[in-house]
Order: sequence, then C-alpha cells, then structure tokens
Amino acid sequence: MFKAMLGEAWYAMGANRLRTALTMLGMVIGVGSVVLMMAIGQGAQYAVAQTISTMGSNLYILISGSTSAGGLRSGGGGGPSLTVADAEAIAELDGVSNVAPVHQGTQQLVHGPNNWSATVVGTTPAYLDARAWTIASGHAFSDSDVRSATRVALIGQTAADNLFGVDDPLGKTIRIRQSPFVIIGVLGKKGQNLDGRDQDDTVIVPLTTAQRKVFGTPFPGSVRLVMVQASSAEAMPAVEAGMIALLRQRHRLRGGQDNDFYVRNLAAAADSAAETTRVMSVLLGAIASVSLLVGGIGIMNIMLVSVTERTREIGIRMAIGARQKDILAQFLLEALMISIAGCLIGLVLGIASALVINAINDMVIVISGASVLVAFGVAAGIGVFFGFYPARRAAALDPIEALRHQ
Amino acid sequence: MSQPLIRVAGLGKSYRTAAGPFPALRGVALSIEAGEFVAIMGQSGSGKSTFMNLLGCLDTPSSGDYFLVGHDVAHLTQDQLAKLRNQTIGFVFQGFNLLPRMSLEDNVALPLVYAGVERQPRRQRARQELARVGLAAYAESLPSRISGGQQQRVAIARALVNSPQLILADEPTGNLDSHTSAEIMALFAQLNRDGITIVLVTHEADIAACARRQVRFLDGLIVSDLATPARVVG
Repeated sequence: MFKAMLGEAWYAMGANRLRTALTMLGMVIGVGSVVLMMAIGQGAQYAVAQTISTMGSNLYILISGSTSAGGLRSGGGGGPSLTVADAEAIAELDGVSNVAPVHQGTQQLVHGPNNWSATVVGTTPAYLDARAWTIASGHAFSDSDVRSATRVALIGQTAADNLFGVDDPLGKTIRIRQSPFVIIGVLGKKGQNLDGRDQDDTVIVPLTTAQRKVFGTPFPGSVRLVMVQASSAEAMPAVEAGMIALLRQRHRLRGGQDNDFYVRNLAAAADSAAETTRVMSVLLGAIASVSLLVGGIGIMNIMLVSVTERTREIGIRMAIGARQKDILAQFLLEALMISIAGCLIGLVLGIASALVINAINDMVIVISGASVLVAFGVAAGIGVFFGFYPARRAAALDPIEALRHQ
Repeated sequence: MSQPLIRVAGLGKSYRTAAGPFPALRGVALSIEAGEFVAIMGQSGSGKSTFMNLLGCLDTPSSGDYFLVGHDVAHLTQDQLAKLRNQTIGFVFQGFNLLPRMSLEDNVALPLVYAGVERQPRRQRARQELARVGLAAYAESLPSRISGGQQQRVAIARALVNSPQLILADEPTGNLDSHTSAEIMALFAQLNRDGITIVLVTHEADIAACARRQVRFLDGLIVSDLATPARVVG
C-alpha cells in the first residue's frame, strides 16, 4: 500500500514538472543557504578558536600593583609587588601546570646595519610551554641560562625577517641596549593575536638577563607580570582562588586591604571573541532559515492549488473506498517528497558552494554532519508541517461535492 | 432466512438552502433483494440522484433507516462507510471518472490499493477484470487513448474488481451514443446474470427497459414500482 502511494506521489510530481521543480527550488535555496551559512559560521568559530589557541589556553596573567609617588600613580605593573619567589610559590599549587614570570617592553634591536623595534620578553622557559610556542629551529634556553643570566635570545619570525632578511639568524648576534645577545633559536610562527598585534614581532631572552642588561630594574627580584597556566579549564577557578589567597598571605595583606596585584583572565577575552562569532553564526543561520520558511510556504501554496485542481480525483478516490486518512497520507507524502527531494539537492548545492568558496579564497569552511542532519530534519519537518493543512483539506472534502466538481 | 440486500424505510434528506430547508427526499421506503436489476427513473430534481448518493454511502440521510447487507448505515463511522464503498459497492458514473494520469490497469486496480491488496494479486485481478470487459489488450494505455464506450467498460471493470455485491450506476450511458449504450447495457445484463445486484439511474425509457424492475421518483417520493414486461434484451 505504501509503495503504491509512493509511486502515485511520484507520478503526481511528474504530472506538472515545471511547477514541481519551482516548488522544489524554494526548498533547494532554503536548505542550500542554511548549509552554506552554517558552514561559514562554523568556519568563523573555528578560525577564532585557532587564534585563541595561539595565545595559550587556560592562562591567567598576574600584574603587579601600581605605585604612587608624589601623587603620580603608575598603571598596573608599575609597582614591585610581585616577585620571582611569588611565581615559584604559585607553581607549587595544585592544578597549575606552568608559571612564568615576565618582564617585557619594547626595545630597539640592532644587527649590523639593520635595526628594528620589537617586544622584548624576559622570562623563563616555562613561558614557551604556557603560550604553546614552538621552536622552528635551534633550541630554547634553559633554567640554567636564567640562573646565570646568559645573553642568549630566541627570535620571532617577523623580527628575524626584518633584521636578517633571507639569512639564517641562528648563531648570529643582535644588540639590545648595547648588550650583545646570541640567537640560539627561532620561534615558530603564531600570527596575530585577538587585538591584531603581531605575536611574531618578539624576542625572548632569559628573565635575569633582561632585567640586568635591558630594562635595568631597581628591584631585581620583582617582576611586572606572572603568567600562570592552569592544567585544564575545569581547574581554573580553583587555581585563581588558590593563587589569590597565596599571594595575599605572602604579601601580608589584612582582611580589609585590597590586593596589591591584578588578575587577568585570558579566557574571558577568548570567550567574548568566541561569543561574537557564535552570535554571528546564529544570525547567519537565522537569516538562512527564513528562506527555508519561505520554501515551506511555497510547498503549502502549491499543495493547496493541487488539492483544488484534483478535487474531482479526490471524490473518485473516496467513492471507490479511500478513507480520509488515505487521502491525507497521499497529499502529505507528496509534500514530503517535494521537500525531501528539494532538501537533497539543496544539500548538494550548499556543500558544493561551500567547497568552491573554500577553494577560491582562504576562508575557513566547516561542514559538520550535525548541520547536514539538522537541515535534513528541518526540511522533513517543513514538508509535514506545511503539507498537513492542504492534505487535511483534501481529506475533509465531501465526496459528493468533490465528485460534482468540474 | 434471507434479508434484502437493501432496505430503506422512511428515508428523508433535506438540504439547507437560502430559502430554508429543501426536502429532496420525503420518506422513501424500498427493498431490493440480492440479484435484482433495478432502474431508478425520474426527472431531474425528482430526488433520484440524492437517493443514489444515500444508497452509495456517499451521504447520510436526514431521517429514516437504511440497511445495507444488514448494516445500519446511519451508525457507521466514516472509515466503515469507506470500507462499504470499497468492498460492497461498485460505482459507475456518467462521466466515467477514470484517473487520467494512470494506465487502465492501475485505474482498475485502485480500489484494491485501498483494500490493502499486495501488488502482484492486484495486477492479476485488474487484468482479469479488464479481460472480462474485453479490454485486456489496452492494460498499459492511458484513459485518453480509448473511446468513451471503452472508458465506461474500464470503469465497470474498476467497479467489479473488489467483487462487490452491488453495482450503482448513475446515468452510465448518458455520455454515450445509442450503439455503445446498448453494448454497455448488455454488459450490465450479463453481470446481473452472473449474480450481481445492479441499481442504475436513468431518465431514458429504453435504457430503463433493460432492467427487470423500474422505480419512478417524483418530487422526492416513489410514485411507481413495476416489474419490466418480459422481453428479450440484446
């Protein structure tokens, strides 16, 4: 019985090919645009997630407090409240995987006739782990380099290009503030961070060397920043609380006193960026869904026309023994077939255009099985939803009236 | 103890019109035994079409009783009525009413689809009925490719395919020339001899003469109910 009805629905679709094709086109455009828009939206989310992961994951940045001298207050990081000893103490906390004290600033780099201004980061080897920074060639400096304040440097790709051009920087010497540093490693490429700053325009040197030879701090044991990496996203709240409590205790702060340091959470920035792209992809999906809705209304429209045109046929079917539910099923099946066929074509076109976009520019496109399934389910739902009213109308026809219909 | 195939008593049907209710049937009583060949006659507006719609379970009466093979039609659900139309009654219409997109075989097989018969036996029985009306060679054709008389034969095959006890024919020769009409009436006479009860509506006396009993309607009432004088039917 079902097979017979399927065959009949197929014939009914073929009876007016242009009309069926145009009705289907509505679904094709609807499903195609949903698939394409979801692919673009998910691609954008993926791209942002990539950028965020270059900044390092599950990171906190501790910034030392401000100082005030003669009514002039420095910004965060101006005071000497955080120390290397603080950083070492935090490293002992549960859930902390990497801790790197950081002293950084912009300095002029000189190599032979070339000079270039870049960010100089004085830190410990843990910094590379916390930021998930790879070494493209050469090797990183070690803790003993930090202890003995050796003049070695790791250079980022942008800084290297500007100072050395096509030459290999390994083993060459650059001068920062008149001090020579031997380049022992070239950092892997990271690209821009969320602010648009070039992360590769950087030179990383041992913390102690930076403090003594580059920045010349009057408080050698203190640092402006400490980067703390939690072992997992779940561990972050415990790490934050533990580290604040530990620092307050170490800095001998009493109950009512404010912290003499600031805690920044890079995850918050990452979350807001991810949220932005998520909203964007929802928006794209919503716009595309409108065209799917319009496609559904097109099906309903054509099915209503079809019911009116075939009133006599419905009367004949009823006279020879079709029950109301047989008529209902017949028209519902037709609507469903149109929408599912339209959906399949739309899927193919949507995926094809996503692949074409991917091929002609570098835009990241992600086609997930879930989005395809959702589009398919929605199309089937639309077929039933918009097919039901016309089918119901057909089934409720009075057989005598229907037979008399010309 | 045999009960009549059709028994109606006090059957009334009125339609709502702008000028108040219009009684199309005003208390009709009639019994038709299995195996009869009855012609319902009357002018247009006499109520004969309304009566046929009620007999065919396409409509429900406003008053009175209608028993079809013992079923009290007034108390059946829509689905049960559909089943009666499918398995107990075969319809033949004035306008043939074949579905134009389907082959003749599919047209004839359609009642079997609604009866839930599988594809193979469906085809087999459809072919059988087409052969019975002499059109087996046209099984794959579309209705538009054959003549009116042939279309009516296909319609009769469709009416027969579910082995009904009763065939209701509403002006079956109204759209046909006299020669073809005679052929169709001969077919009906043959079916009647095979034991099928036939009730046909007509306003042509020579068509009615083919039946063995003639019931005449006027203004919603039966005015005469006579056996046809015996004669040889071609």
